[in-house]
Amino acid sequence: MNTQLLLIQVFNGLVNGAFYALLSLGLAVIFGMLRIVNFAHGALYMLGAFVAFALGQAFGLGFWPSLILAPLIVGLIGVVLERTLLSRLYGLEPSYNLLLTFGLTLLTQDLVKQVMLSQYAVSSAPYTPPEALSGVVNLGFVVFPKYRLFVIALSVVICLITWFVIEKTRVGAIIRASTENPGVTRAFGIDVGKWVTGVFGVGVGLAGLAGVLAAPIYSVEPYMGSELIITTFAVVVIGGMGSILGSVVTGFAVGVLAAVGSALYPPIANTLVFILMALVLLVRPSGLFGLPEGAR
Amino acid sequence: MNKTKLTALLATAALGTLGAAQAQTLSDGAIRVGVLTDLSGVYSELAGQGSVKAAQMAAEDFMKANKAYAGKVTVTGVDHQNKADVAGNKAAEMIDRQGVDMLVDMPTSSAALAATEVARQKKVIAMVVTGATTALTNEKCNRYTFHYAYDNFMLANGTGTAVTKRGGNSWYIIYPNYAFGQDLNRQMMAAVQENGGKMVTNSDATPFPNTDFSSYLLKAQSLKPKIFGTMQAGNDLVNVVKQYNEFGLKKQGIGLGIGLLFETDVAALGQDAFAGAIATVPWFWNYDARSRQWAMKFEKAFGKKPTWAQAGVYSSTMTYLQAVARAKTDTSDAVVKALEGHSFDDFFARNATIRAQDHRVLLNVHTVMVKSKAESKEAGDIYTRLATIPAAKAFMPLSESKCKM
Repeated sequence: MNTQLLLIQVFNGLVNGAFYALLSLGLAVIFGMLRIVNFAHGALYMLGAFVAFALGQAFGLGFWPSLILAPLIVGLIGVVLERTLLSRLYGLEPSYNLLLTFGLTLLTQDLVKQVMLSQYAVSSAPYTPPEALSGVVNLGFVVFPKYRLFVIALSVVICLITWFVIEKTRVGAIIRASTENPGVTRAFGIDVGKWVTGVFGVGVGLAGLAGVLAAPIYSVEPYMGSELIITTFAVVVIGGMGSILGSVVTGFAVGVLAAVGSALYPPIANTLVFILMALVLLVRPSGLFGLPEGAR
Repeated sequence: MNKTKLTALLATAALGTLGAAQAQTLSDGAIRVGVLTDLSGVYSELAGQGSVKAAQMAAEDFMKANKAYAGKVTVTGVDHQNKADVAGNKAAEMIDRQGVDMLVDMPTSSAALAATEVARQKKVIAMVVTGATTALTNEKCNRYTFHYAYDNFMLANGTGTAVTKRGGNSWYIIYPNYAFGQDLNRQMMAAVQENGGKMVTNSDATPFPNTDFSSYLLKAQSLKPKIFGTMQAGNDLVNVVKQYNEFGLKKQGIGLGIGLLFETDVAALGQDAFAGAIATVPWFWNYDARSRQWAMKFEKAFGKKPTWAQAGVYSSTMTYLQAVARAKTDTSDAVVKALEGHSFDDFFARNATIRAQDHRVLLNVHTVMVKSKAESKEAGDIYTRLATIPAAKAFMPLSESKCKM
């Protein structure tokens, strides 16, 4: 393969990388603070796409308002889920929240499928990008859809903002403190419970945002999250469970690697990330950016 | 009571006993049809519940026309999840526990191959409608398996020839990496090359199922073939075509060659996304008055227009049931005899014959071009018929078949 084609695939890989980064970012935030392995993350990503689609069908809302509204709605759903279901499992074995969130995934997928079939008579629907972002742009070395460029740009911005908020602001300090030592944080008069709910809502909102962004690229369909979530978990593990920087960097890196892999040798494309995971875990069991368990 | 009335009464009674006698030769007193299909996955819309409904309609129509069998045909639908192991297990379960006499539909080639192998061991007739691999009538052919509606040779032969002859003589092909895709890729390459076309590079196997095809579209962009051939089906095809449009390949002079197209794919993305694409189909609902009439009936019962897979399930179920009526028994060997060499013509299968040597059901097929929304005259009017390929020319000739039955 020539270098130009390689360069094109590296560039193209950033698009999928953007989705991996946004999703694993949410997972990392949630795991870091709540110690919840949120298996429902893929379903909530799908819900973001579906809410955007449904808002368009019901109220004629276009892409831009949905880009704001759908993540808010999904975030709100996340808050309700955390308050009513997940919060009851804190302190129990992790397998309980795994089972719960996995069950929620199945439930959400089937519910959305039923709604789509009964309301719109389809189980897979196209979603068009906004007028301003449709079409392609000639970058010199490749002709690329404008919308995909937008996805890369927006997700980089969102990742930077999230990193900034958590590492550099007072809000972030509280979140980090609640993660490190909830007892002491509570002693300072901070309502850890509320912060936990908020963080879960934001993390889930990020998944919803990724879903809205994905809708114009892939069709809106009930199972769109189930393939993605497995790769995303691998990304989180490679990056280091709970590491924000790790999930973002690894997200983009895996996207690029998979794109180059699928151009060089297609059959390996889907396996590549797991090979990488195995290698990383052999050398650094806590992930590339993760701290060893004792250092926490 | 006058004489005529008495005669009529006696005649009816006699006919009734005769009918009852006929029906009694059925194993366990009933004909059980098992629709082995995808009820939840990527092919559930083009087959799925619609296939079950079509088989039920065939059963009802058959019982109405053949009073002796009234109340004796049952239909059950089972989900094989497009997985070979599940399909094999479900086929065995349906045959052993529910006493199913015939299996029908079977989307996904790998699942069809597994289910027909089980059916062969248990001597149960299998009519594959939606599975496409030519292995079913070649190296994997057997006495109890019949291949209805279409196969990869017919798709490739129809589309590869039509597209190449219209100027699309250089191709880059991607295919889903399982039995169906591998087979269709081989057949399509052969058809293109036979008509003087060439491959610009080796075909690429993609994961199945898959959502992101951008790598391959970018590869096509730099290779600049005249035709980007996609052997994907169902949701995967929808994603390919969506991204083909997104990357603006048509404007860059790269046409689209579609291996297998269903009406539901076009509906999912809108006609304009597919407009101008050429495909080969065994049937479409508004082909003529006879097709329309059945399609309307189906739409009334199911709420949606039929796909050709669903129409094929009706037709194949009916063909099987009529063979049972001719054989006067549902014993598989007798029904196989009644099916072999049988010639017929219904709303779906035109000019049809069941080839005795490999159990390929031969029928007329059509090369079609997808209309743009503007050209469409009514809802669901999606195809312009370019040509009809007669049954004798549409399928793999017997001389090339590897079937040893």
